[in-house]
Order: sequence, then C-alpha cells, then structure tokens
Amino acid sequence: MRRVCADRSAAQDPVIDFDPSEEQQLIVDTVRQFARNEVRPRARECDEAAKLPAELLHEAHALGLVANGIDERFGGGGARSAVTGALVAEELAWGDLSIAAAILSPSLESVPVSDLASDAQKQRWLPGLVGERFRPGALALVESHYGADPLVPRTRARRDGAGYVLDGEKCLVPWLEGGESVLVSATGDTGPQLFRVSRQAMGLRAAPARYMGIQALPTVELTLASVRVAGDDALPAARDGVASVVQRGRVAQGAMAIGVARAAYEVARDYAKERQAFGAPIATKQAIAFKLADMAIEIDAARLLLWEAAWHLDSGRDAARAVFLAYRQAQRVALEVSDAAVQVLGGHGYTREYLPELCLRNARGFACFEGLSLV
Amino acid sequence: MPIDFELTQNARVAQAHFRDMALVHMRPVSREFDDREHELPAPWVDWYWKHGRGGAPGTDLSQPGDGMVQVCVQAEELCWGDAGLYLRMPTAALGGSAVAAAGTPAQKERFLAGFRGDGPPVWGAMAITEPQAGSDSAAIQTTAVRDGDDYVLDGTKIFCTSGEGASQHDGGFVVVWATVDKSAGRGGIKAFVVPAKTPGMRLVGTEKKLGIRASDTATLVFEKCRVPAANLLGSATVKKDGAKQTGDKGFKGAMATFDASRPIVAAMAVGVGRASLDFLREELTRQGVRIRYDAPAAALGAVERDVIDMEAELQAARLLTWRAAWMMGRGRPNNLEASMAKARAGLVVTRITQKAVELLGPAGYSKKLLVEKWMRDAKINDIYEGTQQINQLIVARRILDYSSSVLR
Repeated sequence: MRRVCADRSAAQDPVIDFDPSEEQQLIVDTVRQFARNEVRPRARECDEAAKLPAELLHEAHALGLVANGIDERFGGGGARSAVTGALVAEELAWGDLSIAAAILSPSLESVPVSDLASDAQKQRWLPGLVGERFRPGALALVESHYGADPLVPRTRARRDGAGYVLDGEKCLVPWLEGGESVLVSATGDTGPQLFRVSRQAMGLRAAPARYMGIQALPTVELTLASVRVAGDDALPAARDGVASVVQRGRVAQGAMAIGVARAAYEVARDYAKERQAFGAPIATKQAIAFKLADMAIEIDAARLLLWEAAWHLDSGRDAARAVFLAYRQAQRVALEVSDAAVQVLGGHGYTREYLPELCLRNARGFACFEGLSLV
Repeated sequence: MPIDFELTQNARVAQAHFRDMALVHMRPVSREFDDREHELPAPWVDWYWKHGRGGAPGTDLSQPGDGMVQVCVQAEELCWGDAGLYLRMPTAALGGSAVAAAGTPAQKERFLAGFRGDGPPVWGAMAITEPQAGSDSAAIQTTAVRDGDDYVLDGTKIFCTSGEGASQHDGGFVVVWATVDKSAGRGGIKAFVVPAKTPGMRLVGTEKKLGIRASDTATLVFEKCRVPAANLLGSATVKKDGAKQTGDKGFKGAMATFDASRPIVAAMAVGVGRASLDFLREELTRQGVRIRYDAPAAALGAVERDVIDMEAELQAARLLTWRAAWMMGRGRPNNLEASMAKARAGLVVTRITQKAVELLGPAGYSKKLLVEKWMRDAKINDIYEGTQQINQLIVARRILDYSSSVLR
C-alpha cells in the first residue's frame, strides 16, 4: 500500500472551516476503507481470542500513519498535525479500539521523543520507527492508586551519578510483541519527566493484565524496583513536557472515543431499520428514532469540540482547557452512545453476536486510559 | 482549506462591536423592561434605530461563506446582552426573511425599503402558529380566498413575535401563512404580506410569558382582511399533496426559512447561556473558587465538574451552530445540521441557566441579579422555531432517511 501524504498547506488568512483539506480527506478515505475492510472484520475474533492480528499491524504500518508525523530529518513525512491525527484515530477506532491502539502505538514513542528529546536522542530513536518493519511503542503514564494524577506521578526518579534510578508502579501499559523499550513517567527533581527504559532492564517486571475491554491489546502492569536509566536515556525535563504529552493523549483518546461511539451508533441505526416489531421497523417509533437522533447529535457535537481542541494544539496556543473539555465530553458520549446502542438492540445488544456490547466495554475504559495513543 | 476554527477578522470585529453594544445599551435596561412587560423599551429601540442598524463598522455581511457565521456571532452577542430586547429590535425579522427568500424584486423594494429609511422605527413579523396548529404547521386553519384582485384572509394567529410592532406601526408588515385550498393540504398553504394597519387585521392581545418579556408576542385576528394579490409571496398555483413540488415557495418555503433561521436561534440560545455562565464564573472567581482544567477526575469538586461540563456543552452547541451557518453560507443543504444545532443549543442552555441559578443559591434565585431572568429567557429557545421534539424528529428523519409519512 502506498504511503499517504499529510497536509502541508501554507499559512493563509484565517477563516472558519469545517471541512478537512483535500489531503486530510484522502487520508480519512484511505483509513476508513482500511478500517472497514481489514479492521472491523477482525474486531470480534481478536477480542474473543485476546490477540492482535500481527500481519495487519505491518500492513497498517505501510500506510505510514505514524511515520507521516515524524520529522523529515529522521526519515518521516514531516507533516505533523493533531487534527489529522484525530481524524485517523477516529477512523481506526471505529474499526476496533484494540487494533487502533496497536496500530498507533509507535506514536507513544514518536510523539514524546519528537516534542521533548534532544537531537541526539531523536537520531537514536526515531529512524527505527520509520523503517520497513512495524515497531510498537509503549508509554507508561497510568498509575492505579485512587485519584492518580498523570501530572504528579508517584513513580520516582532519583539521580544517581550521571543516571537515574526509578521506583514505582504503572499499569495499562501497551506491551506489543517486538517492542524494545517503554517511556516511563516519573517525578524527578524538577517535576514529571519521561525516561526511556529497556524492556530488558534489571528491576523491571512486566505482568500481563486483563481488563473488561481492549482485550485484544496486550497490556502490562509494570513494577520498577531500582531500575537504572542512563543519563542520555532521560528525556530533557521540559516545563509542561509531560502535560503536553498528556494533552496529546487526550486528543487521541477523545477521537478514538468518538470512533467507538460512531461504530455503536451506526450498528444501532441500521438494526433499528431492519428489526420489525408491531408490524413496522422499530426505527419508525419515536422512542427509538429520537434516541438515535440524540446519539447522532452528541457524536457530532463531541467531534467538533475535539477537532477544535486538536486545532488549538496545532496552532501552538495553550490548549489545556479545550483539550480537557473535549476529552471529558468524548468520554461521556462514547459511554452513553454505546449504552444507548445496546439498548436499541435490546436482548440482542447484550449478546456478543453484535458489536455494541464490545463498544460499551471499550468505552468505559476511557475513564482511565491515558496515553493509549498520541497525536 | 483544512479544518479551522478561527473566525475571520470581519467576524471578530463584529463580535467586539456587538458585545460592546450589548454591554452599553442592553444590559442597563435589561431588568427594567423585563419588569415592564409589554411596554416599548424606547431607549433601546430608539438608540438601535438611530445608531445600531448600520452593523459593525468596516464589516460586510455579504462576504461569501463567513457571512452567516457572522450573523450568528451578532445574534449571540446581542442575546448575551438581552434576548428580549434583541427580539424587540426594529427589524424585518422573520417576515423579512420570508420576503427576502420568496419575494419578487418589486415586493422586496415595497416591503423592505422602510427598514432602511429615516422615518420612525419599523417592525416585521411572521405569523404561522394558530391556537390549534403549532408544531403541526400544515394544519393551519386561516383561509385566504381570492376575490377579484385581492385575497381575503380570515383566521387567528398566536405567538407572533413583534406582532404588535409589525401590525400597529406604519411601514411594518406581517407575513401571514394561510391556506387557499384546505383540500390541497400543505400545497394549499401560501404566505401573504399584510401591511401594518390593514383593515381587518386586529391586535387582540399580547402574551404574558415566563421570559423574553421585553419581546411582544401578539395574538392577531384576521376578519375579512383584504390584501392585494400582489402581496402573495411566491406562486399562486396550488400543488396537491403528493404532486412534485416544483419551485413552489408555499409550505416548503416556510420550512426552508427555518433552515436559515434555526442556526440564528441556536446562536441566540448560546448567547443567553453564555451570559449565565460568564456571570457564574466571575462570581466563583470572586468567591475564590478556581476551576482546574488539569486535575484528575477524582480530585474535581462538584462545582468544578458542573462548570466544566457547562462550558463544554455550550462550546459544542456553538460549534454545531457555526457549522450549520457555515454550510448555509456555502449554499449547502443544512436541514440536518440546522436542526441538530437548534435541538442541542435549546437543550443545553436550558440546563446551563437552570444550573447557574442552583449553584448561586438565593443570589441566583433573586431578582437583584439577572441570573434568574436568563433562566426564564433561555427556556424559549427549546420551544420556538421548532421545539426540541420537532428538531429531534427532523434529525431522526434525516439520519434514517425516512419521509414524514414513515416517521410521524
């Protein structure tokens, strides 16, 4: 498959516009087709088997979805855009959330490294992500204690000579086959900071974990017991560095949440037009039709908020508030719409024959996902 | 052009201009003309007529694409000032939209010229709703009977915004929807321009309302009210139900007016909601309550959570509104998006303004502040120009690809 090229339009006079650019639309069309033909048909079997379709990840890698955003100096497409990232994430997650997260997992490394790392570090790490082979990334932001704050990790980084020593626990860390390292957030002398830890590091223990949703995505709980990190494996402690990574995660997850909601909504809509009751399709009853109308409105509203938040990120202004609002809405909408979809299908919605129950299990997870993927 | 949320320079100039107008000329008399229901808010009306009509200096609404968004920006700012006073502005309003959409050049000149003149203030209005026909506007009973060169109108119209102004002040007009042939159903419904003070058009009262009390909401009775046939908007030909509508501006014309007006009403709603939310946030800041946009969910207080959700819902409604307006400006069909925006905005501002009263406690409930008024004003947005339910119905028909006979 040919690598699609992202938007690179020159600066123009500002004007409100709700259309993706031609290039963005080309990307959306390509990814939508891929999601429909390749991802969705595997969603159920992957969830049941708790296993990713390895060959599909390599196919998706060839589309260059993550590589497009990496700087040209390191072999990427040089077309970084959070809006484009959000468009891609929605389409893939519409296909399946686990597979989407897996396909986009290299972003978990490429985005923080592109934003925060030194040139020398970029040179060491980025070219590996744009090679022929799919190489997964991993990011450990989430901690499982009550009230955990990704901006104030309990995992500690203690200086030790030229390097650091890390202690703490993380969870919900994507752990795909073939990964070499994981970026771990830890509180150091100057606040939260990211450290690149080898999967083979002494003191690092990765225990596979299982959740209600995202069953096909392998994740682990990480325990770091006096894990040594070399000085040049620590990403420079930029002010608000981890905060920006968290924001980019929330935009990506918000877009995925909308993809999940849209998937559930479309199944419910189509089912309601087929399913007969009292002599007519149930969609002709206002109780069902109005529910579907509300679902459609909620999805569009949440998507516009999310696009705006992504656009704030791209224009380089302070996006914290917009991102937070949009992510919360998207999360809520994913859950409510998935739940409504299960309801529209009634007893069938509760079975694993149909997609909405999987959407509902996946949607609930957005309450705790941080850094499942990044834009 | 890629996805972009930046307003044009023009729209931003307009935004600042109308915000200033709202602050200086509307807010100071907001409470007064809520209390003095039905009275003409003369200071506002006169000021607007003399100084406000020109729009924002240096901006041009005829610009392609962004013009409708700018109209929404204007509606939002002025309703942030006061929704009742906004509705009472001397303008051609919805009657003007109908003339502009379906009128001939001669009709436009005849009926709209007065709104650009230097005489006393003039109002336009649209009369569709009847005591027995609200959301089901195809069920209207008012009749128009051809008699020589005239039509003779008989019937009762209610909930006619600015009906007093339009029917009683020289130069004004009411666009009256009436049926020329009841057996033809929707196809028999036509619009007639009835100039102010036409014999047979009688103002019988104005509604006492929950909110938007500065806006006059009239009941008009038509008894043998005679208007020239030249006052008919659109074609006189009656298309029987089921026949293909070809360029007919009758019932479909009325419905098309809604595709243009619903984004504006949604913007008006957002303005009222924002008034309430802005005030709430300022008050919370004064009370030392800080809203954190970076705290984990478990650490957020109930008030923070409420305010954050109110902000998100308001902004989402605004973006739906701008999208519908933007599509309209580009000449794209926006029936679905206009109803989405209207349904969403009406609902969220109802919730937001009610929540603001709740959070501010007795102060919010008190008539010393405007928060209680905004709650009363907001509710109309979930009712007029298509209730929440009618807009849900339109959205449902669109997304399901059902006609009005399949999904009733």
